[in-house]
Amino acid sequence: MRIVDVLGYAYGGVIGYRLRSLLMLFAMAVGVASVVMLTGLGEGARRYVTGEFASLGTHLLIVLPGRNETTGGAPPLLGETPRDLTLDDALALGRSAAIRRIAPVTVGSAPVSFKQRDREVITIGTTAEFLHVRRLKILSGRFLPQTDPRRAAPVCVLGGKLKRELFGNRAAVGRWVRVGDRRFRVIGVLASEGRAIGVDLEDMVVVPVASAQALFDTPSLFRILVEARSQSLIPRAKQHILTIIRARHEGEDDVTVITQDAVIGTFNKIFTALTMTVGGIAAISLAVAGILIMNVMLVAVSQRTAEIGVIKALGATRRTILTLFMTEAGVMAAAGAAIGLAMGYAASAVTAQIYPVLSITAPIWAAVSALLLAVVLGLVFGVLPARRAAALDPIAALARR
Amino acid sequence: MITLSGATRDFVVGEQTVHALNNVDLEVEAGEYIAIVGPSGSGKSTLLNAIGLLDRLSKGTYRLENHDVTGLSDDELARIRREKIGFVFQFFHLIPRLKASANIELPLTLAGVDPAERAARVTAVLEDYGLADRGHHRPDQLSGGQRQRVAIARATVTRPKLLLADEPTGNLDRTSGKDVVHILERLNDDGITLLMVTHDPELANRAQRKIRMVDGAIESDKAVVSL
Repeated sequence: MRIVDVLGYAYGGVIGYRLRSLLMLFAMAVGVASVVMLTGLGEGARRYVTGEFASLGTHLLIVLPGRNETTGGAPPLLGETPRDLTLDDALALGRSAAIRRIAPVTVGSAPVSFKQRDREVITIGTTAEFLHVRRLKILSGRFLPQTDPRRAAPVCVLGGKLKRELFGNRAAVGRWVRVGDRRFRVIGVLASEGRAIGVDLEDMVVVPVASAQALFDTPSLFRILVEARSQSLIPRAKQHILTIIRARHEGEDDVTVITQDAVIGTFNKIFTALTMTVGGIAAISLAVAGILIMNVMLVAVSQRTAEIGVIKALGATRRTILTLFMTEAGVMAAAGAAIGLAMGYAASAVTAQIYPVLSITAPIWAAVSALLLAVVLGLVFGVLPARRAAALDPIAALARR
Repeated sequence: MITLSGATRDFVVGEQTVHALNNVDLEVEAGEYIAIVGPSGSGKSTLLNAIGLLDRLSKGTYRLENHDVTGLSDDELARIRREKIGFVFQFFHLIPRLKASANIELPLTLAGVDPAERAARVTAVLEDYGLADRGHHRPDQLSGGQRQRVAIARATVTRPKLLLADEPTGNLDRTSGKDVVHILERLNDDGITLLMVTHDPELANRAQRKIRMVDGAIESDKAVVSL
């Protein structure tokens, strides 16, 4: 039998029994659409997160106190407490030619008040470089001045939300606010677009690093943000940081340097795994659709017993009948999958209109594999009904009216 | 053309073995017109199915056109059915979702015949059987007589040498029945070997030869004297 004729016959079978075909197409379509949608969501989330990290600055390295790698040797009882990172450590990093900017960061929580209004917010102690390293924008006034970082100047910069809550619509620059037990003069307000994972930059106050250390009475830093001169210099910058800190910490490697790449890479891995997982869950609904195909095809075989008897009498071999019925299941699965793809992408497009931040587009591999999986399932679950059809005794089949 | 010797077909029903065909010897020449008669359950249809290669003999041998077809595989039997044998059934057995023309085309399609050739042959048989304007109708839009004519067209579109009809008029009124019989006889005149199972004595007497079966065996086998 010619392939075109096999397809034509299968198509006739699909068209000839509308209700069951529609149900099967629908089941398949829902399965494929959910694969497309869910992997699209996972992929969108991945892009969103990596995009956020990229916006932090592309050549960023983060120096954390302590080491998060496990090593052999003596247990921590013998005193491997990491040394604190200090402001001098941070300033020492300036010796490296691979490093463009250094922003030491101290973080604490302190009440900020203006007249009767009082807010408990994150207080960040840092230097003028922070503005560039974190790609922040100033709404009014200016950021921390380029002065000696050891100098505890009584000036501060407010996050947008904090400014609104303390001052409303009135100008804040030039006013004095109280942070903890000290008074600071407001010299600037951050613009609202400064957005980042983890810390809500809207709801914070930025003071010089020395002021924050005095405020929280600690010589240590929370971390040091370092910007390398270029992408290619990131590994060298990391090496320099480790060397410089080791020299200052009596030969101990007691800091951890995280590169932006590593962070993005990790999130990439996490979200790819997430995408695969939700895709896998959606694939289960495809398998369910496959089982439905098997059911419906079994019903089709018993409904069309006489037809099978006739084509056997007309000289169809077992193989031909097997091919015909499997093709019918395959055609149905493929058509359902095609509809599902269209549905999935349409739904993604609609979601993208409503939430433009999340760019929900299923990756091509997911769409292709959903399509292939659907057809394979259709064929696999079509085998049993087709075998049953092929094994029918033509005389018994024809004896029924 | 057909040589059955010692043909036996057993069915096991419960614990009993029923001989649907019991040691039948039969010789059929090419171009014969034979009516097979007998009471229900006498083995007429089993004989027809065995000759049509839809069924296998339990014992005995079957030679078709001097080839022993007794031990052939299912696929070889299917090929012989496709090339040499046409079937006409009491209940027509047209495929309801296919148009008349597609039903007729089906054996050619199964055989993988070229589409242009198929279309030409289908058009020709539709003309032959007075169905030229019925090609686009589905079976449920046709009368019983028309359906049986479509079925005959389907059975003969492959130009088989042997036509097997199981009660072809059993489900038709007299007029359409006559039409159908005339068509079958015309095919026989053109050289096709026609074997017809029937309950209708009048119809049986139109054949050249009448085989009467009882209990799976041939009780009588004689030429019909035409008046």
